[in-house]
Amino acid sequence: MRASSTLIATLSDLRRAAARGRKTLLPKQPKILVGMATCGLATGAEEVFAALREEVERLALPYTVAATGCIGWCCQEPLVDVQWPGKPRVTYGRMDARKARELVRGLDKGELKAEWAIGLLSAYDNPLTGARTRLARKTAGVDGVPRYQDVPLFRHQVRWAMRNSGIIDPRSLDEYIARGGYFAARQTLAAMQPAEVIEQVTLSGLRGRGGAGFPTGKKWEVMRRQAATPKYIICNGDEGDPGAYMNRTLLESDPHAVLEGMIIGAYAMGAAEGILYIREEYPLAVTRMREAIAQAEAAGLLGDNIFGSGFNCHLRVVEGAGAFVCGEETALIASVEGRVGEPRQRPPFPAQRGLWGKPTCINNVETWADVPLIVMRGGDWYAQLGTPSSKGTKTFCLVGAVKNSALVEVPIGITLRRVVEEIGGGVPDGRKFKAIQTGGPSGGCIPESLLDLEVDYESLTRAGAIMGSGGMIVMDDSNCMVDIAKYFLGFLQDESCGKCFSCREGLQRMHEIVARISEGNGREEDLELLEDLAWMVRETSLCGLGQTAPNPVLTTLRYFRDEYLAHVREKRCPAKVCKQLITYRIEPTLCDGCDACVHVCSSEAILGEKKHAHSIDNAKCIKCGACVEVCVPKAVVVE
Amino acid sequence: MPKLTINGIPVEVERGTSVLEAAQFLGIPVPTLCHEDGLKPYGACRLCVVEVGTPPRTKLQSACTLAADDGLVIHTHSARVERARRLLLELYVATCPQSKTIQDLASRYGVREVRFSPKSEDCIQCGKCVRICAEQMMAGAIGFAYRGARRKVMSPFRQQSETCRHCGACMYICPVCELRCHGPQAESTLCSGCINFAPACLAYHDDAMCFLDPCAACELPGPFRKDVAPRPVAASLSPADPSGTRK
Ligand SMILES: Cc1cc2nc3c(=O)[nH]c(=O)nc-3n(C[C@H](O)[C@H](O)[C@H](O)COP(=O)(O)O)c2cc1C
Ligand code: SF4
Ligand code: FES
Repeated sequence: MRASSTLIATLSDLRRAAARGRKTLLPKQPKILVGMATCGLATGAEEVFAALREEVERLALPYTVAATGCIGWCCQEPLVDVQWPGKPRVTYGRMDARKARELVRGLDKGELKAEWAIGLLSAYDNPLTGARTRLARKTAGVDGVPRYQDVPLFRHQVRWAMRNSGIIDPRSLDEYIARGGYFAARQTLAAMQPAEVIEQVTLSGLRGRGGAGFPTGKKWEVMRRQAATPKYIICNGDEGDPGAYMNRTLLESDPHAVLEGMIIGAYAMGAAEGILYIREEYPLAVTRMREAIAQAEAAGLLGDNIFGSGFNCHLRVVEGAGAFVCGEETALIASVEGRVGEPRQRPPFPAQRGLWGKPTCINNVETWADVPLIVMRGGDWYAQLGTPSSKGTKTFCLVGAVKNSALVEVPIGITLRRVVEEIGGGVPDGRKFKAIQTGGPSGGCIPESLLDLEVDYESLTRAGAIMGSGGMIVMDDSNCMVDIAKYFLGFLQDESCGKCFSCREGLQRMHEIVARISEGNGREEDLELLEDLAWMVRETSLCGLGQTAPNPVLTTLRYFRDEYLAHVREKRCPAKVCKQLITYRIEPTLCDGCDACVHVCSSEAILGEKKHAHSIDNAKCIKCGACVEVCVPKAVVVE
Repeated sequence: MPKLTINGIPVEVERGTSVLEAAQFLGIPVPTLCHEDGLKPYGACRLCVVEVGTPPRTKLQSACTLAADDGLVIHTHSARVERARRLLLELYVATCPQSKTIQDLASRYGVREVRFSPKSEDCIQCGKCVRICAEQMMAGAIGFAYRGARRKVMSPFRQQSETCRHCGACMYICPVCELRCHGPQAESTLCSGCINFAPACLAYHDDAMCFLDPCAACELPGPFRKDVAPRPVAASLSPADPSGTRK
């Protein structure tokens, strides 16, 4: 950890830190960056990093090898970037230790290894300052390597919340400051009244990025007006939706952005203490945040008398134990207080009675990270993007059946079609798009016919889905919508806190009915029963989990009813997913008797001699699909 | 003092009163399973949901946990509320078919058919036992463990709790009256107390310091049920009981 021990109390201190940061951010010598957020580490970034270091040292080259956060190009991890002074920054995808060493040796000889390069970055913007960092004068670079602005994944992105992700070293406070960080905090403390800050946030139209989309300015104003003290602020980093990792990436890639947002918020609301609630399954995010807090404290950016303004703000990390429901704000508060993470009725809202019974403002990680931007550039500047009711940008995790699975940040109001087809590159392997699931486990599945929907809180809700915290799961025609509904119900019945009878028992019964349908034992009345139950769970449950949990069932019933009916009436799974409704068969005319399937079949269900056509004993077959995967002539058919 | 309207009737109540209490004050019966005077509101059974707000912007909220506030407009028996309660009760009957309390409520709400497979659980997790144990008996011997579908009431680590005094308050307060009380015969699921109106448990467990006061069996008034006047047993369970709760 490179803790900056110098105190930062004045504007000139900040400028000096920025100058230091610029030296490491854009050194005069070549710099090699490795994406070292969890997504990179999971694919081997650590080995790549070590290999790069070793090779650079072995050859005694004057290059720096540095860690950075995640730029969001998930399907290409581990990512390595080479930043050669005066040249565009080159991004290399799917690196490993061997390629890393070779890359260094190549660089030494002046080779750029264009065959591994996936993007050229000649300049990047800094939304905080409005400045553009030019890396190279000429944009033309390496043959055949596309420029970032031509890569469809990046072309439509606007990186505001993720302004520093993949650019700075998340452990360097100086680099954060060099990118304009903490200037907004200083300006707030030195020259703005709390009410002015809130005015800008209100003007920006910023809405909570944690899912419900409550206007942030309004919440802050309610907080400011509370007479009770002390007041608390909380950063909600519980993010438990399957397939979503926006908040984790932001915490790991740009921790100070979240801290700065919280300092500004604390000042505006009159709070002096705050908590970052991060789930324990995010160990790196927890570490990064703790380091960042320690750095900020050492520099005087957190603690007492920040920037000599007399304003105090203390932040600390509290680890959540990984219950999805603890993302709900009242359950989160219970959890911080050491009680069982169960939601309670609102009102009173946390802003009225929250942590330890005191006014508490809970905002999402991304909401906090947007705040410095709004203070720095003004609310109206932030409101330039978006739809009439929702402003700014939103990060999404685009995963599932898309060519480019990625973490992207797009202007609110972009169409789903653009996200799926252009940014995501469409559905791979010649398959057909079927649905996109937005909003996490209690979001909804939106069909092809609604792809031209503009993504904002209201339009998604009208379609039966929700914005949620930003998960987007694309499904193709190999996904069975009944099976999908069953999966999400299974998740939710486990993750419901279980307090409300409606949510606990209702979800179990919905799961039971959907499971019955997927097994071919459904009755036609079941669909109506499901709708009745779904209605009841939504209407009578206490918290947002129960109130939104029926969405996957309701939307699949609404848009894919014929698929349910095929299961019920014809006992047929059109997507050939539901195990009880499919059989595996070997087409004798295609089978060359290679025996590959015999070896992978764990239940010894495949009969037949080598070199002769095989067959499957359906009584033994457990429908795991292992034979399909290994069959070269594609003789195993699913019916 | 907050002023609100319930079913069109204006009412002024003391601050801190819940909407449920305000409705009860007006004599409007709102069915409950997890509410008990003297215990903290919990909001688990969802049966007391009422419609809050003026159309078209209304929502259902549990009356027991909703504080009576100025200007609230409440409907306790709108079509939406009744439909929700009917579905809840249908699900309650399917979950705990052997509970007389639930059966009575269901029949009052016109549940004629149960479309879910019967489960026969002996607990609806209303949390009354947990709360009475902690809040009135000052023992805190039982609590909820796990979450979601696996959630259940138990003593810590399923061990015989050291703080439990065998007072029997948990059994006394259970609205499904099966919780932990298996009557004198372990194999019977119903506490025969509420059927035979004879204090079977007392006779059986000679070491039990029974607080069943009045127990469903003997119906004597006691420190916990000052509201209950001694009265004929048959009347207390008659379907005409307007509050919809067990008296
Ligand atoms: C079941 C459930 C899970 C939630 N999980 C999260 C979460 O992981 N992160 C989050 O920021 N908000 C989550 N929320 C929303 C929070 O309750 C709260 O609205 C939000 O943190 C407020 O911040 P915002 O206004 O910045 O969105 C969840 C809500 C529910 C009902
Ligand atoms: S709706 Fe579900 S998750 Fe929310 S409080 Fe009720 S039981 Fe718990
Ligand atoms: S009595 Fe209100 S939820 Fe049970």
